[in-house]
Amino acid sequence: MLKDLDARILRIYQSDPDIQMAQLASKAGTTPAVLSRRLARLRQNGQIVAKEAIINWQILGYKVEVSLRITLDKTHHSAFDNFMSEARKIEEVIEIQTFLGKVDVRLLLIAKNMDDYQKVYRERILRLPHLLEIEPLMHIARVHNKEVLPI
Amino acid sequence: MTELDEIDLQLLKELQRDCSRSAGSFVDQVGLSQPAIWRRIKRFYNEGIISGSRIVLDSEKVGFSVTVFLGIKLARKGQIRLEDFEQAVTAIPEVQTVEHVLGVYDYRIRIIARDITDFERILRRRIMTLPGAGEIEANVLLSEEKRHGPV
Repeated sequence: MLKDLDARILRIYQSDPDIQMAQLASKAGTTPAVLSRRLARLRQNGQIVAKEAIINWQILGYKVEVSLRITLDKTHHSAFDNFMSEARKIEEVIEIQTFLGKVDVRLLLIAKNMDDYQKVYRERILRLPHLLEIEPLMHIARVHNKEVLPI
Repeated sequence: MTELDEIDLQLLKELQRDCSRSAGSFVDQVGLSQPAIWRRIKRFYNEGIISGSRIVLDSEKVGFSVTVFLGIKLARKGQIRLEDFEQAVTAIPEVQTVEHVLGVYDYRIRIIARDITDFERILRRRIMTLPGAGEIEANVLLSEEKRHGPV
């Protein structure tokens, strides 16, 4: 569990990742020296994992975004592993998630346009091992995107 | 469209993992001078190729052990204003992403919860009471990988 100060620091830092450290300290109600110790500790504990750049794929020309909801044929004991290692080889796949539920795996696929999507879908996706069922969800709009934790 | 060369792609790949690195730290890796690298990185931000950054936390280690994706179908389409639904769902603190999709569901949302009991509370009190929410499918996230994509 997080201490109050750590929780405050993470809450502010998550909502404004490019904040100046002095400002983060004052908003969290502490000093820069204490803040830097706390951040170092949070990183050391593995609570803060990284600070990642978010790429805008649209600007790079990838206009199409599709979620592929996949059910695997799990009769083969290493179906998951085989599938995952092949899926990782497809560059256009930018997210791989596994689930407990109706869907086993979800791949997030980006493509430049519909032709490009068709090509990747037919030549790469449909050839993935142990596929049982694929259900595509075409992304229309990202209404809300705030991968922050309600700490 | 934005043109990127091999070095740009390499930088983007690295920055997606860690964007707190200084331009100087790439010198040996890409064989350019620090100012040259700095100019390239600055361009990513200026042109919106990098749209922002994200602090990645280990959700488990800060007290959130359950992530669930919900597929939501709106009931009585046409009688519900999408904006009303979107506004209401976005206001829920545990909702991290909301995507408007085309396919078996209308919306795909990502929810983070402390545990299954907490998830049940969110589902019953917040989600099931949303204006227009019809059929709901839940898939519990087991693992997640973000890939660097076609860069």
